[in-house]
Amino acid sequence: MPKNPEIKKVLMIGSGPIVIGQAAEFDYAGTQACRSLKEEGVEVVLLNSNPATIMTDKDIADKVYIEPLTVEVVEQLILKEKPDSVLPTLGGQAGLNLAMELEERGFLKEHNVRLIGTTSQTIKKAEDRQEFKDTMEKIGEPVAASLVVTTVEDGIAFTNTIGYPVVLRPAYTLGGSGGGIAHNEAELIEILENGLRLSRVGEVLVERCIAGWKEIEYEVMRDSAGNCITVCNMENLDPVGVHTGDSIVVAPSQTLGDKEYQMLRTSALNIITELGITGGCNVQYALNPDSFEYCVIEVNPRVSRSSALASKATGYPIAKVAAKIALGYTLDEIPNAITGKTYASFEPMLDYCVVKIPRLPFDKFISAKRTLTTQMKATGEVMSICNNFEGALMKAIRSLEQHVDSLMSYDFSNLSREEMLEALHIVDDMRIWRIAQAIRIGISQEEIHEITKIDLWFIDKIAILTEMEYALKTRELDEDLLREAKRMEFPDYVIAKLNGKTEETVKEMRKTYGITAAYKMVDTCAAEFAATTPYYYSVYGGENEAERTSDKKKVLVLGSGPIRIGQGIEFDFCSVHCTWAFAKEGYETIIINNNPETVSTDFDIADKLYFEPLTPEDVENIVNIEKPDGAVVQFGGQTAIKLTEALMKMGVPILGTSAENVDAAEDRELFDEILEQCQIPRPKGQTVFTAEEAKKAANELGYPVLVRPSYVLGGQGMQIAINDEDVEQYIGIINRIAQEHPILVDKYLVGKEIEVDAVCDGEDIVIPGIMEHIERAGIHSGDSISVYPAQTISKTAKATIEEYTKRLAKALHVIGMINIQFIVCGEEVYVIEVNPRSSRTVPYISKVTGIPIVPLAAKAIMGYKLKDMGYTPGLQPEAKYFAIKMPVFSFEKIRGADISLGPEMKSTGECLGIAESFNEALYKAFLGAGINLPKHKNMIMTVRDEDKEEAVEIGKRFEALGYRIYATRNTAKTLQEAGVKAIRTNKLEQPSPNLMDLILGHKIDLVIDTPSQGVEHAKDGFLIRRNAIETGVNVLTAMDTAKALVTSLENTDLNRLTLIDIAQI
Amino acid sequence: MMKAFLILEDGHVFTGTSIGAKKEVISEIVFNTSMTGYLEVLTDPSYAGQAVCMTYPLIGNYGICYEDTESLRPWPDGYIVRELSRTPSNFRCEDTIQNFLKRFDIPGIAGIDTRALTRILREKGTMNGMITTDENYDLDAIIPRLKAYTTGKVVEKVTCSEKTVLKGSGKKVALLDLGAKNNIAKSLNQRGCEVTIYPASTTAEEILAANPDGIMLSNGPGDPKECTEVIKEIRKLYESDTPIFAICLGHQLMALATGADTHKMKYGHRGGNHPVKDLETGRVYISSQNHGYVVDTDNLDPKVAVPAFINVNDGTNEGLKYTGKNIFTVQFHPEACPGPQDSGYLFDRFIKMMGGEE
Repeated sequence: MPKNPEIKKVLMIGSGPIVIGQAAEFDYAGTQACRSLKEEGVEVVLLNSNPATIMTDKDIADKVYIEPLTVEVVEQLILKEKPDSVLPTLGGQAGLNLAMELEERGFLKEHNVRLIGTTSQTIKKAEDRQEFKDTMEKIGEPVAASLVVTTVEDGIAFTNTIGYPVVLRPAYTLGGSGGGIAHNEAELIEILENGLRLSRVGEVLVERCIAGWKEIEYEVMRDSAGNCITVCNMENLDPVGVHTGDSIVVAPSQTLGDKEYQMLRTSALNIITELGITGGCNVQYALNPDSFEYCVIEVNPRVSRSSALASKATGYPIAKVAAKIALGYTLDEIPNAITGKTYASFEPMLDYCVVKIPRLPFDKFISAKRTLTTQMKATGEVMSICNNFEGALMKAIRSLEQHVDSLMSYDFSNLSREEMLEALHIVDDMRIWRIAQAIRIGISQEEIHEITKIDLWFIDKIAILTEMEYALKTRELDEDLLREAKRMEFPDYVIAKLNGKTEETVKEMRKTYGITAAYKMVDTCAAEFAATTPYYYSVYGGENEAERTSDKKKVLVLGSGPIRIGQGIEFDFCSVHCTWAFAKEGYETIIINNNPETVSTDFDIADKLYFEPLTPEDVENIVNIEKPDGAVVQFGGQTAIKLTEALMKMGVPILGTSAENVDAAEDRELFDEILEQCQIPRPKGQTVFTAEEAKKAANELGYPVLVRPSYVLGGQGMQIAINDEDVEQYIGIINRIAQEHPILVDKYLVGKEIEVDAVCDGEDIVIPGIMEHIERAGIHSGDSISVYPAQTISKTAKATIEEYTKRLAKALHVIGMINIQFIVCGEEVYVIEVNPRSSRTVPYISKVTGIPIVPLAAKAIMGYKLKDMGYTPGLQPEAKYFAIKMPVFSFEKIRGADISLGPEMKSTGECLGIAESFNEALYKAFLGAGINLPKHKNMIMTVRDEDKEEAVEIGKRFEALGYRIYATRNTAKTLQEAGVKAIRTNKLEQPSPNLMDLILGHKIDLVIDTPSQGVEHAKDGFLIRRNAIETGVNVLTAMDTAKALVTSLENTDLNRLTLIDIAQI
Repeated sequence: MMKAFLILEDGHVFTGTSIGAKKEVISEIVFNTSMTGYLEVLTDPSYAGQAVCMTYPLIGNYGICYEDTESLRPWPDGYIVRELSRTPSNFRCEDTIQNFLKRFDIPGIAGIDTRALTRILREKGTMNGMITTDENYDLDAIIPRLKAYTTGKVVEKVTCSEKTVLKGSGKKVALLDLGAKNNIAKSLNQRGCEVTIYPASTTAEEILAANPDGIMLSNGPGDPKECTEVIKEIRKLYESDTPIFAICLGHQLMALATGADTHKMKYGHRGGNHPVKDLETGRVYISSQNHGYVVDTDNLDPKVAVPAFINVNDGTNEGLKYTGKNIFTVQFHPEACPGPQDSGYLFDRFIKMMGGEE
C-alpha cells in the first residue's frame, strides 16, 4: 500500500529511443521504479516508445504502451487509462519535458492527475536557467557569472562584459546538445546560433568559463518530510570542460579534504531543500583547485546517468527509493535492501574505489572529431571496482572492449618531447594514454598538470602504473613484483608480454605463489553491517568473501558490456530475461557484467552479481570460485560469444548451441559446407587475408562486393566496394583495428533484406515472425526500418525462409536462439548471415508477437521441448498488428561523423510504431523517431545518378503534398524533365546563394541526399549532410527511407492514433 | 619497507608494512568508516587509548592541512590503513601522514586487508591488539598481554592543563574539556559566544563562580564510568539550573550523574553516515559519530530525562532532554569535523536556550 492512499494508478513515462545522453540508464531506473511501485500494489501504466527496454515488458508494468512520446499521445493515454498520478522523474529528460508540457497546458489539472515525485514548480526552478540562477542567488549558492540569452546579439554583448572564453548551454536539451566553449566571437556566434535553435524554448545560457576547475558531483535524496542524504559524491578525473558523461569519473572523490567534501555536501543539501525536490537529484559543482571557491554548474531534478552510476557504485538503489518517496514514504521508513538492517536514510560508505570510463563511438565514426567538450558523445560506459585506484583504472580500461588492455594500448612513442608537450593540450578519449607516454619520456608531473589541469594525484597514479610497466619490462619477475602487478590489476598476458614470458607461465607462477583474485562485497556500509545481497568485485591480496552458496544447479550468464553502436540495450534485455528464466526453473544464477547503466547489474536480478571485466582471465577467476554447471553465451551479444572458447578451456560447459556450432556459423569454410549440405544458396564469396587477395576475389566475383571482417557485430568495418581502389582503402581501415580473423569478400546482391529470429530445441523450431527491411540490402540491418510482418515478399518466399531456417537450425544443432538474415530477389532466397545467438530484434519481435522468445530459448537450453511448452513448430501465425521498428541516430552529437547509411551500423537506438494498419504504424514510427514534418514545406534533393528515376517518383509525391523542392543541377534537371517544379540551387563550391545558405537559413524541413556508392569522394555531400544535421534538419540518405516517409506523410489524416496495450498481446 | 604485524587478541595476525614510528603498541582496535577526514579522526582526542583502522582504503590523498586538526596532536595509539598515498595533492597540503605519524611517535601498519579486519571486529566486537615490527613475535606470550589491556583513565591525558578563553561578544559559555575537539569551541565562538575552556579536573564551583550563561560538556575518550570525579562535578552543574549542552562523553557523563546507566557497545559507531532522528520533529539527520559506549534508556526515569534522538539503524539512544531543566545532550557530534554538518543547528538551539537569538 502506498503511504499516500490516493495513489492507486500511476503513469510512468520512459525516455524513448536510446540516443547519446539518454541511454540504458533510464531503462534501469524506470524498471527499478516500476517494480518498486508494483511492490506497493500500485497499478502501473507505462509509456515508452523504445521496444528494446525491459521496462516495456508486461512483467514490469500492468499496462504497456510502446507509442511515440508526444504530448498528444500522453493526453490520449491519460484519457484512456485514467491514472491518478504521473511519475515524471524517472524517464530522463524526455519524460520530464513531456510532463512539464502537460502541466503547462493545464491538462493534468483539468483531468485531476497529479505529478508525483517532484512538482512542476520544482522542475522549473531547476531546469529554467534564469529561475535556477535566481534560486541559487537567493540561498547564497554561487553560480558562474551568466546570462540567459535569446539572441546572438545579446550573447555577444554579455560576453564582452565578462570576457572570453564562455561556456554556452542551451536550455532543456539533453547531454548538452548544442553547447560548447567559445574562445572568440566567431566561435560564439556559431555555437550560439546552433544552441538557440536546438533549445526547446530558444534560450541559451552564456556563462563564465570555469574550465580547468575540479568537477565534482553529488547524488542527493530528499523525502517529503524534508529529510535529505547524499548517496555518493563523484570526482571527474577530467576537469571542467569535458561533459561528465564523457569524463573518467571516480567515486568517491579522491582529492577533496573533509572541509571541501562537507562544504559541497552541505551546499547540495541546501539546494535540494530549497528546490523542494522529493526523490533523487544530482548536483554538479566546479571547485577551484586552489581555494574553497566553487560554483554550482547544474542540477538535475530527476534520476540521471550519474544516479545510475552512483547506485551501482554504492549499492544504494536510487530509483527504487525515489519511487517509494513519490508514494509518500520517508527515508527512515524505507529499508535498505542490501543490508536489511539499515534504512534508506543511511549514507552509503565505500571501502573501495570506483572508476567509470565512457565508451566513445569513434571506432564507428572514423571521420569524427575525437575532441571531448561539454557536448556528450559517449554511447555507453563501463565501471570497475577495486580497493585501489590503479587497479580500478586497469579493470575499467579492459572492460571497454576497444582493443585496450593497459596504458600502453595507444602508441604515442613517435612523439618527441616537444610534440608531446603540444599533444598534451588535446582533450580526447586517448588523453590518459598520452599522459602515460608523457611520463615515460620524462615530462614532469607538474608540467602535465599545468597543461591538462588534471589533479596531480591522478597523474601520479598513472605514473605508478608506468613504473610498474617499466619494472615488469626490466626486472626479474619474482613473487613480490608479481603480487604488486596483480594488485594493480595488470592482466596475466600483459605481464607476460612485458616480462618476456608466456601467459601460461605467469598463471603458473601465480598458482605457485597463491596469488589469486579474492571477491569483496559491495554492501553500502564499508562492512559495518553484514549484508545479504551478493554483489561482488575482485581484488588481489585479501580475504575472499564470495562463497559457493547453494546446492542448486548453477548457471553463469555473461552480460554484454558497455552500450555501443551495434550492441545496445537489447542484449541486456536478453541477458536479464535469460537470468529470470533460469531462476524460475530453480537454478542459481550468476551474472558477470561491467555496465553500470543496465538492469542486469541491478542488485536483485541474479542470485549473484560480479561487477567485473568480461575478459577470459577475469571470467576464469570467477569460474574458479563459483564452479558453475554451465554458462550461457547466447544472450550477451558478441561480448559473450567471444568468451565461448575461453569458457570451454576452463571446462565450463556451454549451455545451448555448442561452441563448435557457434564457430561453424562464423567460420566461412565450415559455414559454406553446411549451406551446401542444406542446399541453401548464398551470395558467392571468398575468405582473404590481404588487399591483393581481396582485389583478386572481388574481380572474380564481379563488383559491387561487400568487404568485412569476420567475427564482428554491427557491421563494424563492413563496406560496399565498387572498384579496386575502394577495396584497397577498406582493407587499410579494417587493418587499423587489430584483426586476428580473416576478411570476407562477398558478391553484393540487391534485393529485399529479410530477418528472422527463431528458437530451436534441437528438433523443432519456432519462428515468431518474419521481418522485412524497408531499405534494400546494403544498409545495415540495425539502421534499416524493419516491418513485421513482412509485406512485399511472396508466400512462396516466406515458405522458403521457414524451410531454410529449419534446415540451418538443425544443421548447426542450434539449441536456443538463432538469427538469420536473408536476401530475397523475386522468389530466390539467399542467406547472408547466420548468428547462433540472440539478436537486436528479439525484444521487438517478442513484444509485438507476444511470444516470450528469450524464456522459450532459455527453457530449450534447459532441455524442455517447444511442443511441450504449447507451441506448434514452424512459422507462427501473423499477429493482427503491424509493427515497425525505426532506427534513431545521434548524429547531431558527433561532430564530423558521416551520417550516410551503409553496411556499417550507425544508429544508437530505436523506436516502435505499432498499429492495426501499416500506414498508422509507419506514421507512429516516424513520429516516435522525432521526424516531425511539415514545418516549412521546403526540402532539398540531391541524389546520385542511379537514384534519379526513383527521385522523380518521390519528388512528385512530395510536390503533391505541397513541398517546394530545391535541387542541385543534375537532380533538378531530372526532376524538371519529369515535370516536377524543382528549383535549381548552386552546389557548395558555387557562389551564394547555395545549398548551405538554404540549410543555414532554417527554412528546410528535409534533405534527401544519397551519397555516391563506395568511398565518399565528394566532400560536398558530406558537408551538406553534416550541416543539415547540425542545424536540426532531417536528413535521409536512402531512397527507400524517403519513400516510406512520404507514404507516412500522405496518411496524416490519422489525427487520432489508436493506442495499443502491449501487455494484452 | 619494513614489515609490520597487527596481532589481535583472538589470535588473528595481519601482515603489512610499517608506517610512522617503529615502536610496539598495544591498544583497543576500532574502525572508522569516514571516507574523508582522516586528519580530523587522527587528532580527535576521543581516540586516545585506541588504535584506529580506516575502512576507506586510500588514505592521505590530500595530505596534512594543519588548520584542519581537531587538537594539537594525533591521539590514537596506532593507525591502521590499507594504502597511504605517496603523493598527497591539495592546495592546502603541508605534509604527509607518514611524517605526521613519525613526528608524534605513533606507530602504524599499512597494506593489510582492512575490510577483513573490520569484518572480524563487526562479528566478534571491538578487541585489543598489538602493532609490532618484530617478526619473531610470540603469540602465546602476546595474547595474555592483549587480553589484560584496558584503556583506563584517559580523559586526564587529553584534557587541557589550564583554562583558556576565546573572546566573543555574545553569550558566555564554559566548556568543560574532557578531550574536546577544536570545532566545538569554534562552533560556539563563530556564533558570537565567548568560550572559556576548562580542564576536566575543574570543580563545578569554579565554573559556576564565573557565572556562565551556559555550560558545554565536550566529547572525550574512554569508558564514562572511569570518570568518577568528573561525574560528581557534573551532578552539581546539573543542579545549578545553568543551561547545559553536552556532546558524546559529556552526554554519557550527564546521564551517569543523574542516575542512568551506560554500557559498552559491540563495536560502537564511528563514521560520518549514521542517521539520527529528532524525536520531537521526526526529522532525520546524518551525523558524525565516534563512540563505543551508549546510554541505557530502558531504565531511564522520565522524571529526569527522556530520549530526544535515536539512531535510525539500531534504535540506540542518541540524545536526551532533561525534564524540567535547560539541559539537552547528544551522543553524536554536531560539531562534525569530520563528517556532515547537518546537526550544527543544535548549537543555535543551545544559544537560544541560554536566552540568545537563534
